[in-house]
Amino acid sequence: MKVLMFGWEFPPKIYGGLAVASYGITKGLSLQGDVETTFCMPKPTGQEEGFLKIINMSQVPVVWRDVWYDNIKDRFIGHTAEDYYRFRDHLYADFNYLQGLDDMGCIGFAGGYPGNLHEEINNFSIIAGVLARSEDFNIIHAHDWLTYPAGVHAKMVSGKPLCIHVHATDFDRSRGKVNPTVYSIEKNGMDHADCIMCVSELTRQTVINQYHQDPRKCVAMHNAVYPLSEEIRSIVPNKKKGEKVVTYLGRITMQKGPEYFLEAAKRVLERSRNIRFCFAGSGDMMSAMIELAASYGIADRCHFPGFQRGKQVYECYKNSDVFVMPSVSEPFGIAPLEAMQCGCPSIISKQSGCGEILKNVIKVDYWDINAMADAIYSICQYDALHDYLAEEGMKEVDQITWEKVGLRIRECYNQLIGRGWFDNQEYLNAVRNI
Amino acid sequence: MKTICLYFEIHQPIHLKRYRFFDIGTDHYYYDDYENERIISELFERSYRPALQTMLDMIAENDKAFKVAFSISGVSLELIEQYAPEMLDLLGRLAASGCVEFLAEPYSHGLSSLGNTENFIAETKRQAKKIKQLFGQNPKVFRNSSLIYNDEIGATVADMGFKGVMVEGAKHILGWKSPHYIYSCAEDSRLSLILRDYKLSDDIGLRFNDASWSEYPLMADKWLGWVAGLPEGENVVGIMMELAALGYYQPLSSHILDFLRALPKLAKDMGIQFATPSEVLAKNKPVSPLEVIYPVSWNDEERDTSSMLGNGMQREAFNKLYDENIVGRILASRDRRIQQDWDRLQATENFRFMTTKNNGMGNYRGIYDSEYDAFTNYMNILGDFLKRVKDMFPDSVESDELNSLYTQIANMGEELNVKDNEISRLRARLKKLGSPEEEAPAPKEEPKAEPKPKKAEPKPKETKPAAKKEEPKKAKPVAKKPAAKKAAPKAAPKAKPVAKKPVAKKPVAKKAKK
Repeated sequence: MKVLMFGWEFPPKIYGGLAVASYGITKGLSLQGDVETTFCMPKPTGQEEGFLKIINMSQVPVVWRDVWYDNIKDRFIGHTAEDYYRFRDHLYADFNYLQGLDDMGCIGFAGGYPGNLHEEINNFSIIAGVLARSEDFNIIHAHDWLTYPAGVHAKMVSGKPLCIHVHATDFDRSRGKVNPTVYSIEKNGMDHADCIMCVSELTRQTVINQYHQDPRKCVAMHNAVYPLSEEIRSIVPNKKKGEKVVTYLGRITMQKGPEYFLEAAKRVLERSRNIRFCFAGSGDMMSAMIELAASYGIADRCHFPGFQRGKQVYECYKNSDVFVMPSVSEPFGIAPLEAMQCGCPSIISKQSGCGEILKNVIKVDYWDINAMADAIYSICQYDALHDYLAEEGMKEVDQITWEKVGLRIRECYNQLIGRGWFDNQEYLNAVRNI
Repeated sequence: MKTICLYFEIHQPIHLKRYRFFDIGTDHYYYDDYENERIISELFERSYRPALQTMLDMIAENDKAFKVAFSISGVSLELIEQYAPEMLDLLGRLAASGCVEFLAEPYSHGLSSLGNTENFIAETKRQAKKIKQLFGQNPKVFRNSSLIYNDEIGATVADMGFKGVMVEGAKHILGWKSPHYIYSCAEDSRLSLILRDYKLSDDIGLRFNDASWSEYPLMADKWLGWVAGLPEGENVVGIMMELAALGYYQPLSSHILDFLRALPKLAKDMGIQFATPSEVLAKNKPVSPLEVIYPVSWNDEERDTSSMLGNGMQREAFNKLYDENIVGRILASRDRRIQQDWDRLQATENFRFMTTKNNGMGNYRGIYDSEYDAFTNYMNILGDFLKRVKDMFPDSVESDELNSLYTQIANMGEELNVKDNEISRLRARLKKLGSPEEEAPAPKEEPKAEPKPKKAEPKPKETKPAAKKEEPKKAKPVAKKPAAKKAAPKAAPKAKPVAKKPVAKKPVAKKAKK
């Protein structure tokens, strides 16, 4: 089975949760042995793992240029010069009017999320037209709204079923005040998709209700986590005796609800001073949070270490006694799973998608600061609860693997390829034992 | 002859209210009154009233051939007194019919049998006393909360003077043995065990209205056929369930009461009789001792204590609750509110709400969202409660010291008791000697004077019953005495206890302050 996959991020270059999820899904599929994934991304680094074929969209031609093999053969990151010539044989329109074409007839990408994002999305979809004509594949899989237009284009050209993966919707990012351009791109992608994979039931309901999609073609495809590497497992926690650390980790922005965390912190600190609160991350509300903490007189107990990367994230989890994710709206939220892997009990908001598959976490409404404070206090106070959640949580999260996600996605592919349409109920019956 | 020993548990959880950690130390009221009133009234209307009424009718219809036993936890009795007092009347009528036996159980419906023996004995006695006050019966058979039993508990129960105990007929304690015989406790042969037949019990209590069950619909003749079909010699069938199974878990619309009503007549035709636990024990001798090393209960498939003490959170709560220092202080205290809170916090459902077991039927968690919510809320309340207990006596007082002080007080109380008796006896003798003409009333007074102070004595010692409880207590003996002993001169017995009570109370109260 050949899958043409469009994505925007892939490790080792990580901007957010999308890269981790893309990696997990492709890895999970590759473990089945008979799935060949071609992953198209704007700007690979060349250090991606080799279990899948990477296509560098910055080096796919959209206009014909007469270039010598010897001159260009060493310039490719991702695919090869042979691929380049094959792509050049499948040009479908004259794109000479485009700005920024290079000597090979390719459109460059800045990578990441630059200011001209909409232009890049459009270019991405133009290139997808070339790929769809030159590559051989059975199914198209597009990750997140940036690649939906490319997926739709590929479907139009090839007639192959399109599967889109909703990692987040604009309703989550904007608390309901959507950007109309983004919304229209999302809606168009969903309208054309044969199967919509949402990272949680919560997101699935948003897709059904806000984007007016047929529930039968929407499926909840929960994320998973990768087992910790030896390097991370060997991190020795550096905990002070008699002092507890409660951690918030994520962007400090409206969607993640940091202000509720701060309010809960205030209530906990009224009763017990030997607890520290750590806001790991950066974001537009960071200075507001620091000011608020100061005005409550708890600035000495609240710490803002800024954005954490790589190993630091895991050090942070390991040094914490409680992890809190008070998100107002979280499509999935992989952080609590990572915290649980490190043996750190988690408190998550009921509005988080990951709560649907987690049992050994405490769930509270994001606005219920009293309940949140109560949960924080009791984990810090009662070792029995802390130990139970840490132990059982670790066991539970070890069972949530990308391998299983790969099998579930495979079931969707089978339905789509086998008969051309998707039915959620049949899917649920089929994957009951996975 | 096959004998059905039918027994119903009457107990309802007392729901705790939402209690945040910042309430600790400021709010000492822990109960969700609205929820408690709602549940008990709903249960009474839907289950208790129709079921008890049916049983009354059945006793009348069948010429007293229908026998049944109940046990009611003390905390539930308090709830019933408060929110459904009519039920006491129904139970009273049942008690008066002579076909109903009331069993003893721990007052709190808690786990004290596993946590603290001293407390276990005290609260069982308290429960038996309350049953005696309300229904005029002295319980002779014991059943533990959730039918928890092991050999040690058996020995304790035997020492308390009970003849029998109800035990779950779990496969892992019986092995190849049949639950349809009477066994004896492995550690104390004075105590007999009546075993619950969980298959036949759950057929009614659990599966009666389950349309997916292969035996659905269950009819009285079919069910009795199973009883009658038991092998020769297997004569005792212990059918035990919650009373709420009739009408609440199995709705009235399933005709479960009609099923029940049909039983006695059909049973008579098939040669099956009903008997109360005491009657069963009188007629059947134990066939062999039954060894139970680990506690069994009637909960879940495992029939052990794992639904109450299975995970770390439950054990933590349990250990905090039954901390030796704490129990000593509470038993020593005379604070009624502490006593009542202690009873209610011990109840097993507080632990059951924290279970993380998947029992396949979904867990009822009362007001709580999850097991963690239940644990957090309970521990907050317990935190406040323990603080109050500790505040009663300074921390510096060792529990041993406290204990010795209290045994001292208890001993003094006993001494006073003895002296009281002595005084009354001497007084009576003095009277006899001083006025030989008035010989007639004197001998009557003598036997009365002795039991009286004994009854007055335990009251100030324990001071447990709340104010509400005392009303029926006072009302009953007053109502009964003239009926029972019409011949007794009215002036003499009334004057005596009134004069004695203050005598008994004062010295004890003074010592407590010291």
